[in-house]
Amino acid sequence: MTSTMHVAVTVNGRRHEAEVEPRRLLVHLLREDFGLTGTHVGCDSSTCGACTILVDGRSAKSCTMLAVQADGREITTIEGMEQGTTLHPLQQAFTDQHGLQCGFCTPGMIMQASWLLGENADPSEDQIRHGIAGNLCRCTGYVNIVKAIDQAAGELRSQAAAPVAVETA
Amino acid sequence: MIPAAFDYLRPSSLDEALRLLHDREGEAKVLAGGYSLIPLLRYRLAQPGLLVDIGNLDDLAYVREAGGQLQIGARTTHHQLEQSELVRRSGLWSDAAGGIGDPQVRNWGTLGGSVAHADPSSDWPAVLLASRASVVVRNLERERVIPAREFFLDTFVTAIEPTEILTEVRVPLPPPGTGGAYAKTERKAGDFATAAAAVQVTVDAGGAITAAGVALSAVSETPFVLLAAEAALVGAHASPELESSVRRAAADGCNPTRDGHGPVDYKRAMAGEMAVRALRRALARAGA
Amino acid sequence: MTINANEVQPTTTTFEVGGMGHSVKRREDPRFIRGQGQYIEDVNLKNQTWMSIVRSPYAHATIDSIDASAALAMPGVLAVITGRDLEKAGLHWMPTLAGDKQMVLPTDTVMYQAQEVAAVIAEDRYIAADAALAVEVEYTPLQVVVDPFKALEPDAPILRPDRGPDKATNRIWHWESGDRAAADAALAAADRVVPIDVYIPRIHVASMETCGCIADWDPVRGHLDFHVTSQAPHVYRTVISLVSGIPEDKIRVKTHDIGGGFGGKVPVYPGYVVAIVASLTLGRPVKWIEARSENLQADSFARDYHIHAELGVNNDGKIAGLRVKTLADHGYTDAAADPSKYPAGLFNVITGSYVMPAAFVEVDAAYTNKPPGGVAYRCSFRVTEAVHTIERLVDVAAAELGMDPAEFRFKNFIQPEQFPYHTPTGWDYDSGNYPAALRKAMDMIGYEDLRKEQLEKRARGELMGIGISSFTEIVGAGPSHDFDIIGIKMFDSCEIRVHPTGSAIARIGVQSQGQGHETTFAQIIAEELGIPSDKITIEEGDTDTAPYGLGTYASRSTPVAGAATAVAARKIRDKARKIAAHLLEASEDDLEWTNGKFSVKGSPEKSKTIAEIAFAAYTNLPQGMEAGLEAVDYYDPPNLTFPFGSYICVVDIDRGTGQVNVRRFVAVDDCGNIINPMIVEGQIHGGLTMGLAPSLYEEISYDENGNNMAGTFMDYLVPTAVETPAWETGKTITPSPHHPIGAKGVGESATVGAPPAFANAVVDALWHAGVRHIDIPMTPQKVWAILNEKGLTA
Repeated sequence: MTSTMHVAVTVNGRRHEAEVEPRRLLVHLLREDFGLTGTHVGCDSSTCGACTILVDGRSAKSCTMLAVQADGREITTIEGMEQGTTLHPLQQAFTDQHGLQCGFCTPGMIMQASWLLGENADPSEDQIRHGIAGNLCRCTGYVNIVKAIDQAAGELRSQAAAPVAVETA
Repeated sequence: MIPAAFDYLRPSSLDEALRLLHDREGEAKVLAGGYSLIPLLRYRLAQPGLLVDIGNLDDLAYVREAGGQLQIGARTTHHQLEQSELVRRSGLWSDAAGGIGDPQVRNWGTLGGSVAHADPSSDWPAVLLASRASVVVRNLERERVIPAREFFLDTFVTAIEPTEILTEVRVPLPPPGTGGAYAKTERKAGDFATAAAAVQVTVDAGGAITAAGVALSAVSETPFVLLAAEAALVGAHASPELESSVRRAAADGCNPTRDGHGPVDYKRAMAGEMAVRALRRALARAGA
Repeated sequence: MTINANEVQPTTTTFEVGGMGHSVKRREDPRFIRGQGQYIEDVNLKNQTWMSIVRSPYAHATIDSIDASAALAMPGVLAVITGRDLEKAGLHWMPTLAGDKQMVLPTDTVMYQAQEVAAVIAEDRYIAADAALAVEVEYTPLQVVVDPFKALEPDAPILRPDRGPDKATNRIWHWESGDRAAADAALAAADRVVPIDVYIPRIHVASMETCGCIADWDPVRGHLDFHVTSQAPHVYRTVISLVSGIPEDKIRVKTHDIGGGFGGKVPVYPGYVVAIVASLTLGRPVKWIEARSENLQADSFARDYHIHAELGVNNDGKIAGLRVKTLADHGYTDAAADPSKYPAGLFNVITGSYVMPAAFVEVDAAYTNKPPGGVAYRCSFRVTEAVHTIERLVDVAAAELGMDPAEFRFKNFIQPEQFPYHTPTGWDYDSGNYPAALRKAMDMIGYEDLRKEQLEKRARGELMGIGISSFTEIVGAGPSHDFDIIGIKMFDSCEIRVHPTGSAIARIGVQSQGQGHETTFAQIIAEELGIPSDKITIEEGDTDTAPYGLGTYASRSTPVAGAATAVAARKIRDKARKIAAHLLEASEDDLEWTNGKFSVKGSPEKSKTIAEIAFAAYTNLPQGMEAGLEAVDYYDPPNLTFPFGSYICVVDIDRGTGQVNVRRFVAVDDCGNIINPMIVEGQIHGGLTMGLAPSLYEEISYDENGNNMAGTFMDYLVPTAVETPAWETGKTITPSPHHPIGAKGVGESATVGAPPAFANAVVDALWHAGVRHIDIPMTPQKVWAILNEKGLTA
């Protein structure tokens, strides 16, 4: 058996490297090797979605991926959602709509929602609910999560319609 | 849960992948999306010596029409199938694509991986059977085309040999007047099916069914073709009596086991109910 | 008095101050939405080791041998701990919070599948996982008892010989409440007795975060830091001290952010104690994080009550009396954290929302080969079981009498003027307005139109059902004369300190796991003192700094710690008045308090704000007055509080599959005065979803060999957003007359009230076909079997 392999991953725009066993799960690479503990482990049957991140722009359950599979890929985690000190509209909406209580499912939920809104900028309530079917929450009963995603969808559509002018020196 | 140790290689070409399977025959396992394999590894239900990750083989992900067939590359994801204009022309295929697992599973799980894994409760095998698809497998020596109806041999056992990789699924393009549907009942979103039925029918101008494909999932050791239902359908017209005979054929023709989804009689009844629901929708789409 | 108009609760502070009644945004959110929460798995200590647990595959077996040699030979493995090791220190058994005993690690017999048998400590979690699988254990299986009725039969194997020869029975205890003779007489005299058999199955809390800890023994300081997912940190500290002999001043229990508790993180689990022993042995931190399948198979279980109940009713629709006999399946030990005088919790609230002339309730508890159950899973203590039974009974009685179930309830409700209402089982309900809540729910859902629609649909063979649940909850344990857990009285506490520049810090004895205490407790103080709530820091969960409390479960935080907070704040206000009098050169009696300041009566321009007073508390005090502006209160509640509500559910049953589709669900809740309406509504949404889950989806069952049939999330079916309806909520406000801020607590109302609404709806859909009762979960297979039997399938 090979003992370790070299892995280089871009996470939230920054390059990270590690020497890992092939069996090391991606979620452990992120949490323990790179110190990005925002992504959580909630189950061991790939059901709960608390570990959801984006890999090359697609939402993925990081407990169901090996660190070595992520070599050379681009990953976005919850820590990468805020731009400077500006919250992503999803983060803002989750707090505006009280879409979180214990907060444990929240990072995975936000990452999944960000993929969903990338695929469908104006989802119906039904599409939102199906869009987060792979993310369990025990605290909120989902009502406010759906409202949050809906609010963020509206905000993102506004931003897309009226792009902010960027001042250059 | 932590997997046991294994080696891992990610070849950059199909030939390289085939060579690895050849050289480490019997201990190499192909890794595509990973959403079937990695859970097994985590529970240590599978302990391969080598994982051959085909994640770089982008040329194995495609959907195209050629030679009267829909040709789908093995690495095409469920989500890509859900989004594909070509696939959407088939009610049977698009019903199935949108219902597999959950969105994250659909982002990474592949048609080829799912078919090769052949979980008796999974969706694609029944769809392939009902649409009379074929499976293309390759090893270093040769390529074989295996009809789906000769492919699913036993629980998690297919006709693939240890040195072979599934590369493509080929689906005959059906004639006009064809409609298909996939009906599944599950305990909650993302669950495996309690029972599921894939139906494809071709109907002539007079409403007579001229061709039929019916397959069931989750109610037997493997997904299987319901020959009795196909026989009942061909030559018949839509009617309550036809529905009843299809229902009975499904209920009697399956071999379910009791589990968390329910007892045997419930599953038999659900096989019948799903067969009827799929049939109704397929006939409606065929314009019957 | 019930405030019903416009659903608006009057507020006395501005939104900027953020006192009671304001939907203040949560102080917790900024870290959670950024992934900067600190849950136990996120905490890493220098030099830490990892623990992995070896578990029994058998539900009942002797341990013939444990061979850890292969594990110990693996590089990076530091130790393997077994029951024999613990026995040397007398730690192999420990008390439970219910006064029973539990094994930490067994020495000779395992009693449930997935029981902890040994623990491996290694340098990293992957090595620990490999090593745990390398420990070889030889077992001889024994006869398994999973049926509590069989457990009480004379030939059943005695599961707990450790209790001694005079307790050679699997009956744990027998408990009674009410008056047996009066109930017998009442039922004998009633026109009709309506019986029901209700089984409330075992379920699992399934919070998104599992249990975990880091035990950090520092041999140099002789000090234990215990980081843990605990809903009751002080109780943990005391228990650890009693069990280990380490004095409490050398133990610090520290919680971090907790990803959901719901009662599952109240018991002291064996894994925690083993981790502590491991740390004591190695002198290094030992980290243990439970995998989900371990969690679903070994801890956090609730319910499992077999109930036989009879309601006496007269032909005029009035209830005559109630008689209940219950068998409680506790698993192999009673580890339920019930108050010691109430081994069946508050189950005797089963008289419900109704005038009840007589009642008698008896409960027997039995041991079985299952993990310990009976956790207070978002049910107060056993109130889900009680409410389910009485609300089912009321519906069956109504149907048998040909009465509409709403009409039957209106006829029997305790009326507002009858409060405080003393029940025949000994509770004094503080306040309530049941008719208003039910009427409001009926208006919100359009009840009369739904009944018309139901008749039309039934004529067409469509199965539509409407179910009502009008529940009374009982929370806020509890008064010292009656309530204790392992002898510790169930007060709770708050300590507030106001800083010179006007902000404040408060530490409380409870423990949030998502309820938003950092926000709501600040709001209580803001209400009393006028300090803006965003200038008040709330801390909990560090036993070195927080005053002693019994923790958060059974909806007790607001009723008990919330009261302590208000009282402590009022003590501060009393001192503030004296300082204000000094500053204003007035007498205290001439001052009045409004909007965060004291002003002289008749001369409002002569005033001092709380901020000015705070500064003066350190700079300009009256002669002889101690500096500082702080207070602590340990609150002994005079009574419990009684939130209530009415829920109405509409279902359509799929005749082809037996699936129950929830078309609408209206929940009207009354939790007295509301601190934060947004947070209350969130609690209701979550509670309703945890009521939906066991009604239609979730169950932990065991086969005859004691194998858990739902040991992963593949089979323990937690609802997703797809299954969960768009809950509709409303409220009435009937303050608690005895609570300092009139609040009652709400965290568990919906989990308690919802299941009978679902059950009543499904039975209502099928009553005309002769269906009288269905046990939850009402899975498609169960409903379909009934449809099939009645010839109602598609």
